[in-house]
Amino acid sequence: MGPGCLLLAAAACLLTAPVPVGAQELARCGQRDRFEEELVLKPLSTGDVAADFQFRTRWDVDLEQREAQALKVSHYRLFPKSLGQVISKYSVRELHLSFTQGFWRRRGWGQPFQQAPPGAELWVWFQKSVSNIDTTWKELTNVLSGLFCASLNFIDSTNTVTPTASFKPLGIINATDHKYLRYSILPREVVCTENLTPWKKLLPCGSKAGLAVLLKAERLFHTSYHSQAVHVRPVCRDDLCSSTSLELTQSLSVVFDLYASGFAKKEWSLFKMFSRTLTEVCPLASQSTIYVDLTDADKENEMYELTPTPLSQIRTTLHGQWRSYAVYDLLNPQLYSTPSQSLNIALKGKPAKQYREPVVPALHAERYVSGYGLEKGRVNTLIYNNHPYRGFPILLMETVPWYLRLYIHTLSITTRGKENKPSFIHYQPAKDRERSHLLEMLIQLPANSVTKISIEFERALLKWTEYPPDANHGFYVGSSVLSALVPSSVTMQANGTKSRPNFTKLFPSSDSSSYFVRIYTEALLVNLPTPDFSMPYNVICLTCTVVAVGYGSLYNLLTRTFQIAEPSDGLAKKIANVIRRMRGVPVL
Amino acid sequence: MGLLSDPSRREVLTRLITRMNTPLCVVCYVAGILWFVGLAFEPLILRMYISENAMGSTMVHENFVYGERALSYAREFSGHRKKMGGMPVDWMLKTLHGLGLEAHSQTFSRTLPFPDELRERYMVKGTNVFGILRAPRAASTESIVLSTSHRNTQATGLLLTLASYFRGHIHWAKDIIFLFNEHDMLGMEAWLEAYHDVNLTGMASSVLQGRAGSIQAAVVLELNSDVITSFDVAVEGLNGQLPNLDLVNLFISFCHKNAVLCTIQGKLPRSDGETLPGYVHALQTMLLMVLKQGSGKASGEHGLFLRYHVEAITIRGINSFRQYKYDMVTVGKVFEGIVRKLNNLLERLHQSYFFYLLPSLSRFVSIGYYMPAFVLLISIPILKALDLWIKLSKPEGNQQTTHTERDVSLLTILTPVMICHATGLALYFLPVFGRKDAAEHFPVSETEAVVLSSIAIYVAGLALPHNTHRVLLSEVTERGWMTLKLITLLYLALLLGCIALINFSLGFILAVTLTPAAAVAQPGHLKTFRALLLLLVSPATVLLMCLYLYHELSEVPLTVLECWQLFLQAIAEAILDHHLYGCIVYPFLILFIYPCWLLLWNVVFWM
Repeated sequence: MGPGCLLLAAAACLLTAPVPVGAQELARCGQRDRFEEELVLKPLSTGDVAADFQFRTRWDVDLEQREAQALKVSHYRLFPKSLGQVISKYSVRELHLSFTQGFWRRRGWGQPFQQAPPGAELWVWFQKSVSNIDTTWKELTNVLSGLFCASLNFIDSTNTVTPTASFKPLGIINATDHKYLRYSILPREVVCTENLTPWKKLLPCGSKAGLAVLLKAERLFHTSYHSQAVHVRPVCRDDLCSSTSLELTQSLSVVFDLYASGFAKKEWSLFKMFSRTLTEVCPLASQSTIYVDLTDADKENEMYELTPTPLSQIRTTLHGQWRSYAVYDLLNPQLYSTPSQSLNIALKGKPAKQYREPVVPALHAERYVSGYGLEKGRVNTLIYNNHPYRGFPILLMETVPWYLRLYIHTLSITTRGKENKPSFIHYQPAKDRERSHLLEMLIQLPANSVTKISIEFERALLKWTEYPPDANHGFYVGSSVLSALVPSSVTMQANGTKSRPNFTKLFPSSDSSSYFVRIYTEALLVNLPTPDFSMPYNVICLTCTVVAVGYGSLYNLLTRTFQIAEPSDGLAKKIANVIRRMRGVPVL
Repeated sequence: MGLLSDPSRREVLTRLITRMNTPLCVVCYVAGILWFVGLAFEPLILRMYISENAMGSTMVHENFVYGERALSYAREFSGHRKKMGGMPVDWMLKTLHGLGLEAHSQTFSRTLPFPDELRERYMVKGTNVFGILRAPRAASTESIVLSTSHRNTQATGLLLTLASYFRGHIHWAKDIIFLFNEHDMLGMEAWLEAYHDVNLTGMASSVLQGRAGSIQAAVVLELNSDVITSFDVAVEGLNGQLPNLDLVNLFISFCHKNAVLCTIQGKLPRSDGETLPGYVHALQTMLLMVLKQGSGKASGEHGLFLRYHVEAITIRGINSFRQYKYDMVTVGKVFEGIVRKLNNLLERLHQSYFFYLLPSLSRFVSIGYYMPAFVLLISIPILKALDLWIKLSKPEGNQQTTHTERDVSLLTILTPVMICHATGLALYFLPVFGRKDAAEHFPVSETEAVVLSSIAIYVAGLALPHNTHRVLLSEVTERGWMTLKLITLLYLALLLGCIALINFSLGFILAVTLTPAAAVAQPGHLKTFRALLLLLVSPATVLLMCLYLYHELSEVPLTVLECWQLFLQAIAEAILDHHLYGCIVYPFLILFIYPCWLLLWNVVFWM
């Protein structure tokens, strides 16, 4: 951090703190809350461009400690108050929430910084002080639902699971008792501007200055893929890790489909993508950087021209590969010294002469439903290990709603035609209308292989009030999650040695030979046997008729005993006989 | 139900059934036929309408103008196809990639049970190529398929152009799969099986990469000329399954919008439905549909989609001698409109009818309208069976014989039933298993061996079983054949009732032919007449008659020899369809209807 940065941070403190502070206070203030922002632009091999924003706000407060001392948190600087209150009220240790529209096409687009499943995903680690986790979880989802304008209130026990192995805390770890973890996925959630606006409001500069200027809804929702996320986790405050801070990471990834926008040539600029240029840096930011990924362009010695010329370039390892980035430090006022007083990064290049097969990521998965008819089906997951010579284990987590009744005995895992026995398996069967299936497995993938995992299910017949209004659309099954330490083909650098995109900090690599990857498969759309709702009246009439006429009469015939009835005396005859007796005449 | 529990009223009812049986049967038969024939009269039936809200009210503007590009793609494609002598896989993959689509290929191979002489194929190897247009901001959970066979040059060109045109749009909510299959139906079956990861027919195919969720609808295009005069739509699928009527409606509405002439069963639409010639025209169209549906064959590649609950139609571009022609721009516009509207769907097509008959493209007969005709026909064997049952349950004059007869009746009845079904099984298995031997010993090809041995076993079945009871029993009585006939009639009613639910047309054709013969089958006087009538309605003869009727109706009359050749071909095709696509009509006829008919034959020759 340069002296300029310090000054800026101090200025920020002054701006936000209403009371005048002394010099000592100022020094401490410099150490406290921090805001960093960055944007990584990455041309993809399909000709699209991916833009990954990340905004990190560090809040130097130890919630756990404060709670232990029964202190209320009431002072917020850069950290959004709305979220901070929620986190302290519900004793949240870690919170990870993502909203995604579209699907990250790994085969063509490669490995993303962070993948997210289509729809909404929420997972939360609670603090140990929480006594009733399920109630707190329910309340938290409702509050978040209001905060982010999303249907998170649809999270209930039927779509909440407690994974035992797949999700570990991302922050500093004290305890990992998974009973404090709740995970839920809503594959049907549609993401739009109403989710973006509250997300932008969490930023200290809003969308008025800095990189957030580029976040204009009409462009962001004109893309092939849109994913926004909020991660809150405790991190070390300093190198010694004597105390913890709370870190809020807001990330947003979009993929611009340059083909559909009408320019198939390799040519893009910030203005073309976002219809905005950068004019000023966010004064509260202590770091504001744009990285442009030039690895592919460098590799093929393609002619390209990047304007303005980057001041520095870095080479670093990411996802098992060397990558080179052009770096623009936005705190450097030189960048804005163009006649228009704005920064518009642009790349001009020649289109590739011939089609190149994109480099397939080392780990890749695909999921689909097989079979036909409305009685049974199969959920299949194909996992590709494209690493040429290293096998590695993966953790697979499947959550399947209860109305698909999994037949666990049909679970088959085959690699190269041979059975592949999982070394760990955790299965929690579903309960009708209460909880969903949870299947976690640790599977060893041999090098350069395809593993097929398939499990049969039966489609349940729901009660007629349980069908959603558009029952014939089908029912969604959320993505399954694959977590793996993928062996790297180059020696990975340890964290913090060099400047590199902050994205890597969420999943730090622990050793130099492998890197962590979490991927999500496709969500599935499954049709259940659906009654014809347009004619319940007809159905009721017909059923009643069949029961009344057919069944009733048959039952009547079958159970009745037939006896020859003695013709009994009629009433008239009885009366006549009484009269006859009285008269003394012989009875009839 | 006092009617049945009161003995005296029951008496009245049984008397009605036994005394009035024949007139009742005749009335039912005539009423059934009249009802069916009346269905084609336009004022009596419903007009077509779109039920699906998502497709009905939204407006779509078609802006497709790239007719020339489609033709140039078609020329380029046909050049590459000629060079490769088949599907130009590499060129297709390159082109699809170039258009910005995700392109994949799938190889498959299938050895047919015996050579298909009509299409000249035995060991088939092919490659399907498909490109997936990924919808932006959609998670690949739903898709639409546009498909054509690689034989259709212009259709391939058009689909490639549509792919490039659609790629530039952002309003797609569902992925669009452009599928180019080799070996038409076989390729389609291979692709569908691979996509749904099932193996139903012994197809060997490579693992399919690249899926796009559950397919919501499919449109197959057959187009082989630069200009067209009309579109013909084919709806009948495998086993007589039909696509949702809304898909047909959608096609018609876009034909109307672009003022393109569209036909069904190759019959031009007429506006004079109320007049006699108009009525006859509608009746012919409907009969053609009944015959096509009853055959259980898919009338286009779309027919294979229906098994997977994917609504699909085949659209054929026809280039006849009519004056007014439409170019590729209009064709493209029709398709653009259809795909755009399918893209708007929120749910699977389910609002409209799945069971219908089409006497024209403007009117339809729904299941509620045509079922009474079938019910009337099927009540004949039930009435007859009731009659027999009442007669059998009444004690006859000599009480002793009845008693002894009841003891042996199970054996008497079971033996012919078993033998008839064994014949059916032999007819099902022997021709295909023994084709190699037959081809070795006789101067015929394998296909001919299969067909001729089928016919031989079929005919031999007539002579086979009908003397068993005379061996088993010392004396032949009335009650024996009556019991057998009672069982046969109930069996027939059950079979027809079941098949009519799956494939109404097949059930109806069989009911029209079999029920009167079944009603009159009995030994005794007029035996020759009854036997002749029975022969006339035997499944094979019905097939022959249907072939003749079909060609009469479609205005290509046949000579007797041609008809016979077509008959032989139809048998071979039916067997192949069963083995290649899982068509159930052939096994149903051979394993159930034929034995049932043999039982009737047995009844006639009981004494």
